[in-house]
Amino acid sequence: MKGFAAIAVAVAALACVPLFVHSNVVLNFMVVALMIALAGQGWNILGGYGGQYSFGHAAFFGTGAYMTATLQVRYGVNAWLAFAAGIAAGALVGAVIGGLAFRAGLRSSYFALVTLAFAEVLRILAGVAPITGAGVGILIKLDLRPQSFQFQSRAVFYFVILALVALSLVITRLLERSRFGAWLIAVRENEDAAMALGVDAFAVKLGAMVVSAAITAAAGCFYAQYFLFVDAGIGYGPWISIEALLTPIIGGAGTVFGALLGALVVKSLGEGAKLLTGDAPGLDLMIYGAVLVLGIRFAPRGLVGAVTDAYNYFRSAMQKPAAEAAHG
Amino acid sequence: MTRVFSPLILITAVLNGLMTGAVYALVALGLTLIYGVLHIINFAHGALLSAALFAAFLAWQKLGLDPYLAAFLLAPVFFALGYGLQRFIIGPASHGDDRNMLLVTLGLAVLIENALLYEFHADTRTVDLAYGFKSIDVGFTFLAVSRLISFIAVFAVALVLWLIMSRTDIGKAIRAVASEKLGAELAGIDVAHIYAMTFGLGTACVAIAACLLIPNYYASPSAGNAFVLIAFTIVVLGGMGSVPGALIGGLIVGVVESLGGFFFGESLGQVGIFLIFIAVLLVRPRGLFGAGA
Repeated sequence: MKGFAAIAVAVAALACVPLFVHSNVVLNFMVVALMIALAGQGWNILGGYGGQYSFGHAAFFGTGAYMTATLQVRYGVNAWLAFAAGIAAGALVGAVIGGLAFRAGLRSSYFALVTLAFAEVLRILAGVAPITGAGVGILIKLDLRPQSFQFQSRAVFYFVILALVALSLVITRLLERSRFGAWLIAVRENEDAAMALGVDAFAVKLGAMVVSAAITAAAGCFYAQYFLFVDAGIGYGPWISIEALLTPIIGGAGTVFGALLGALVVKSLGEGAKLLTGDAPGLDLMIYGAVLVLGIRFAPRGLVGAVTDAYNYFRSAMQKPAAEAAHG
Repeated sequence: MTRVFSPLILITAVLNGLMTGAVYALVALGLTLIYGVLHIINFAHGALLSAALFAAFLAWQKLGLDPYLAAFLLAPVFFALGYGLQRFIIGPASHGDDRNMLLVTLGLAVLIENALLYEFHADTRTVDLAYGFKSIDVGFTFLAVSRLISFIAVFAVALVLWLIMSRTDIGKAIRAVASEKLGAELAGIDVAHIYAMTFGLGTACVAIAACLLIPNYYASPSAGNAFVLIAFTIVVLGGMGSVPGALIGGLIVGVVESLGGFFFGESLGQVGIFLIFIAVLLVRPRGLFGAGA
């Protein structure tokens, strides 16, 4: 059960936040941070564990958000069902993009390019298609009832997104312990060698892509439900592709808590900068760009890696004098 | 109703396409040069083009420098900028992993584009030149002077680049690193220096492209992205790392875009380019001229 206890502790600690904090501003910040953590955890499955760096996870986030909103507004579907449909649609888009890209054998730069291109095509199409509300976007009608997946209190939304994040952490931990996870890491480390050992790299990458897309789509569904609005720039915009990859990279790609830790740190930095200098356009993204470059430069394994290294360093530093004393 | 097109109008559309395509080719040339040696796609290329457009604009506004003259100033400045970026930021930050290099160029793209947005806001800026809208009569049609100049300039730049690559020691070293990095390193070539030189050359291409564009284009924080998207398409079409591929691919895309706009209207332009791009990536990632993915 190693690992699951840590998840339980972390989630329990986060669950206490609304008990102490009643400020809507802080709760709103936490909700958004956890939503980005969820989107980042999706990227982490494919990018962190599978080594396939997608630059277009907006494709899944936007599909989730648009599916949730469109089904409710245009077809009167129940919000909870629409939420589930949004996740399924995101997974499907992941399967299509992954199927095409991996079948064509695209790796590294090429994979990054093609995912970026798909997200941009979807953004342009969503900005002109009538079904998505074209340039205006889609507004979900305010209806503060639990059966409409809308709540009077932000705290309830907070628990919803926390539950989704907790679920994503458990899925990630299960993946880590599974045979599938071992195959995925083998593909990341050396795809040709993994294939030589009999790993079906195509199936493994495709599977990871579908799970990854579904998790990021869930974040998109939540966005639509929380803000009750989505347009092409929000749903399929480059900002979410960047935040989805930034959070696990900063926190620690290929670790269970990487995306969660990264989201809390990155979002705090963004908000802190806004508080200091006022809400200038481009400022938060400018900081994210700098954080990405500096993070890779000075903590290539993310915060989780840096903390582990520091812990090991101090432990060996503590043990050395003791060992020397024992021998001397 | 059948629409009849006179061949002369078609030829004009093709000529215009060739002239636009030449600038695309120059942007693509920088991208493919970097890919050919470093084996990564420089995602900061578009942001650097936006920065160069602003630099050309500022050179005109603050120094009163004609954009074509500014090219001689901005090319070395951006060469140095590109050299520095690769030598002191991208190279050390990548820890020898291509995937990290991709992420760092993406981070730089986000940083540069949003720094421009922060400084200049989202408005577009244009330069106002006496010859901006002048055209010359070539008998059957009129051609814009500025675009004709850029067409010729691009081929001059390509020629200079070819001379650098084929006739100088640094060019020889760049080709050596591109074909066999470890061997080149064993032969005493400073790979980090060559990487940075290549990145500098690619960035200088972008600066010249910006100076050629600015007389009838505009500077804005995201202005470069439209070109780089097209440049990605060209580079993939022409084969990653192939210089003639980038030139021919650029001209082809320019003509296709011009004829497409002529026959179908321009609204579908961007989606069309993206779809061509995805199709080429999926069907023939080696490109038309490339040797291997």
